[in-house]
Amino acid sequence: MSQPMVSRGFRGRQRSVEANLPPGQYLTNDFPVLSAGPTPRTQLAKWDFTIVGTTLVQPKRWTWDEFQALPRVTIQADIHCVTRWSKLGTRWEGVALDTLLARVQHQARFVIAYCDGGYSTNLPLNEVLGGKAWVVDSYEGAPLAPEHGGPARLLVPHRYFWKSTKWVRGLELSVDDRPGFWESLGYHNDGDPWREQRYQGD
Amino acid sequence: MANRLVSPIVWQRATVIETVRETPQARSLMLALPHWQRHRAGQHVEVRLTVEDGYQAQRSYSIASPPEAPYLMLTVERIAEGEVSPYLVDVVQEGDQLEVRGPIGGYFTWQASQSGPLLLVAGGSGIVPLMAMARHHALAGSTTPAHLLYSARQVDNIIYHAELEQLATEDQAFAVFYTLTRGAPPGWAGFQRRIDLDMLEDVGWPPAQHPLIYICGPTPLVEAVATMALHLGHAQGRIKTERFGPTGGS
Ligand SMILES: Cc1cc2nc3c(=O)[nH]c(=O)nc-3n(C[C@H](O)[C@H](O)[C@H](O)COP(=O)(O)OP(=O)(O)OC[C@H]3O[C@@H](n4cnc5c(N)ncnc54)[C@H](O)[C@@H]3O)c2cc1C
Repeated sequence: MSQPMVSRGFRGRQRSVEANLPPGQYLTNDFPVLSAGPTPRTQLAKWDFTIVGTTLVQPKRWTWDEFQALPRVTIQADIHCVTRWSKLGTRWEGVALDTLLARVQHQARFVIAYCDGGYSTNLPLNEVLGGKAWVVDSYEGAPLAPEHGGPARLLVPHRYFWKSTKWVRGLELSVDDRPGFWESLGYHNDGDPWREQRYQGD
Repeated sequence: MANRLVSPIVWQRATVIETVRETPQARSLMLALPHWQRHRAGQHVEVRLTVEDGYQAQRSYSIASPPEAPYLMLTVERIAEGEVSPYLVDVVQEGDQLEVRGPIGGYFTWQASQSGPLLLVAGGSGIVPLMAMARHHALAGSTTPAHLLYSARQVDNIIYHAELEQLATEDQAFAVFYTLTRGAPPGWAGFQRRIDLDMLEDVGWPPAQHPLIYICGPTPLVEAVATMALHLGHAQGRIKTERFGPTGGS
């Protein structure tokens, strides 16, 4: 690893101290859209959310209406995208993964969230339980727009935002860790913004 | 799923060996790197700049050179008030060093071995990774029919204009179509409006031919064109997008 090298003639922008931003992030007030393919548009009548896995005693499935009937919470969180923007104090509404996972019996240690559009992301179970992750369907008081992952997306604010997969449709509970879409394309397996885990090897 | 990048991506010191003014806003930098793993057309690198006090800024830049090239070429368009792009476009000189790591990204890539006709759609500096694909297409002698639709503001904002014309003449399987969104010179033969359904249908391939579609540029353009492609009946899995920035447009 080379020493940082001063770039001749580069002054950088006037910097204010942003104590609440992870390293290398800048604040934005927009909500940029980033995804690898086009935005899927799933009709609510066809939407469902499932939990599957080899160690599962009984797989679980909720229709949109059943999902709406689950206990809901509002979440206020700072989000950090690996492309360097951060947005503070975003407000979401949805169902905690604690609530969903309490309804199945399993022996897994990892979860793979899968989505419309072929995306997936992997997380250890202990990173999503205990009020750390949600399936959200509302942003700033309005239904979540398709370009931001609607009808529902995962929200894991303490990880880079690619782990908050858009258009989430279910969870696979697994005994072993399997890299998801971005994780198998060179992005970091854990993606902790405070440790600046952007790419493999960081 | 695409190939895995297994090795950690480390920072290297690249030396600027040549700079080329492409348009009033854009400049290409040819870089020599100590270690370079052959990239795939469409991938990008991260560039890191450091101020004396230790402050650093990092940005992503697509690779413009084809995998066949012996050096790495980046093309940067100046964004007004930007932190990094004005430095790369106006300040960096031959002989300067830049910290670079990559190649990164395994999704928005094209290799001459892939099947299906190709439709490339660029907005503004979104041409950069698509140029790597067009150059690779020509150098690999690919016979896969490829069309490029390039949206720019005005004619002098068209990056690589002369080279694109030359590729269109020399590469039998490659054709280029331009559209200008902020006025055209007298006698302009290309389109003169934002990309719309009719234009995409005219220039593209019927869904029955299962074209591979790559769309790159400012986020609003990418969103709009990807939605049109779906509307025309192209399969989601054949449409690949790369979004360069939160705002902007051409
Ligand atoms: C995968 C990837 C590949 C990229 N490849 C290229 C490339 O080949 N050539 C190239 O010129 N750029 C490319 N970009 C964009 C580049 O990374 C920077 O975002 C851009 O150069 C602006 O950086 P800046 O520091 O000058 O502006 P910043 O200081 O970051 O931003 C200044 C202002 O400009 C806005 N802005 C930021 N980026 C853009 C944009 N792209 N378009 C319009 N407005 C913007 C910001 O919202 C902000 O208001 C790529 C981006 C990605 C994610």
